[in-house]
Amino acid sequence: MIKVDNLNVAFGDVRAVKSASFTVKDRETYGLVGESGSGKSTVLRALSGLNRQWTGTIAIDGRPIGPVRDKAFYRQVQMVFQDPFGSLHPRHTVDQILSEPIAIHRMDDAEARIRRALDDVGLGPRFRFRYPHQLSGGQRQRVAIARAIILEPSVLLLDEPTSALDVSIQAEVLNLLARLRAERHLTMILVSHNLAVVAHLCDRLAVMNAGAIVEEMTVDDLRRGEPAQAYSKQLLRASLGYDRKMADSLITFE
Amino acid sequence: MADAPLLSVRNLRVRFATRVGTVEAVRGIDFDVGRERLGIVGESGSGKSVTGRAILRLVPPPGEVVADRMDFAGIDLRNADDAAMRLIRGRRISMVMQDPKFSLNPVMTVGRQIAEAYRVHHRVGGGEARRRALEMLADVRIRDPERVYDLYPHEVSGGMGQRVMIAMMLIPEPDLLIADEPTSALDVTVQMQVLAILDDLVAKRGMGLIFISHDLNLVASFCDRVLVMYGGRIMETLRAGELQQARHPYTRGLLQALPTIGSAGRDLPVLTRDPAWLTEATPGGLMR
Repeated sequence: MIKVDNLNVAFGDVRAVKSASFTVKDRETYGLVGESGSGKSTVLRALSGLNRQWTGTIAIDGRPIGPVRDKAFYRQVQMVFQDPFGSLHPRHTVDQILSEPIAIHRMDDAEARIRRALDDVGLGPRFRFRYPHQLSGGQRQRVAIARAIILEPSVLLLDEPTSALDVSIQAEVLNLLARLRAERHLTMILVSHNLAVVAHLCDRLAVMNAGAIVEEMTVDDLRRGEPAQAYSKQLLRASLGYDRKMADSLITFE
Repeated sequence: MADAPLLSVRNLRVRFATRVGTVEAVRGIDFDVGRERLGIVGESGSGKSVTGRAILRLVPPPGEVVADRMDFAGIDLRNADDAAMRLIRGRRISMVMQDPKFSLNPVMTVGRQIAEAYRVHHRVGGGEARRRALEMLADVRIRDPERVYDLYPHEVSGGMGQRVMIAMMLIPEPDLLIADEPTSALDVTVQMQVLAILDDLVAKRGMGLIFISHDLNLVASFCDRVLVMYGGRIMETLRAGELQQARHPYTRGLLQALPTIGSAGRDLPVLTRDPAWLTEATPGGLMR
């Protein structure tokens, strides 16, 4: 479904992504994990068309795509961002936010689509004429997800979709994403610094460090605690909680 | 706890008067802190951060703080005047905030900021303050203190900025450190290193630490005791190692809602909140 080959992104002299290659199968959920500066979000921004300064090959459904995307691409690929406070227009109601993609893509039956999208994300019609500031963080993220799925895309790109949310709200949003994936047969790429979140939602994942993919593994490998590379092992151990002895043994990987 | 606690708080309440009525952010909590690592865990709006600020009397108007008791090493924090509070803040009780980006002075080198923190509380010359600041930077495991001393906050990474903050808060050698989400903005490996620094300080200097966080597992692995807060109240107090045996439905709900590396493929149990948690008496709020 998605094939990325030898992707490179540079900002001036900084090589943010170094020859990243991976393939995501149809209806698969693929995770990109790494610490800050690992290049995981940059990969997603190149995929989504938000960053045009890349080289390499990106193909969706077997068709190579260039830096500039057409409307058909956005119909197929949609994105949900980390910060539900920054990604919704503060002066647009939920209704306006959801109407806009329908208008841009000249889709029919806006009324029914908006109602269905709100139902699908568990908000319902009473939220339709509210402004973002009248919603909680979790409700805003549901609106952002509704905006992404209203175009009926087949690919959803998720950039840290739950890291700004409380644990209990995170659980609700993760459940929602899992349900939508099953109902709409979505292919997803999830970027997160949180190994547990990635392990929960994904089938396979890539660990990134300093712009490069260190290792690709299945979630089963991760669950068995068997990453092959030293970097992934350290990341896994560090995410299991505080350990005084481990703190002394940490290595910086370049 | 064999010896008297460093800080003893009884029936702490924090209220904010708003246009739509009074909001009670903290609703009558009791706790003691000794020379230990005490964790306060809760979701947003639980009152955990306001509790930390109330101890230092840093709740701005219209916020109102009342308590039956708020004793710190024999000083009644409720009645201490501003001059007395200035002697306590920084010197005896200090606070590390979440994000170094907003807590450091952007137009002053980090070294001078640390030295300044020392000179406010100690009558020493510039050379001595500089020497102490460099030592402190080395203590928080900054590799090249001489170089980092002359950097401005925008020139240091998040992890280094947080270490600078900790150095600044620790240089007056406080008895109690309140750390409000000190590592939430950091990568897991950097987080681990910063926690190790705090851990060693508690062990070596006998400092008390109040560690405020939303991360239940982190607190359980790092602290000695944990207070779980919800809606401005303490739901339960636990030995950190006994978190998995938590009895309160809120704590249990939070634990179950956490995705884990083994939870793939099934729905996470969603927390249902019981309004009674906000009203019923909470036994076990105080644990000896």
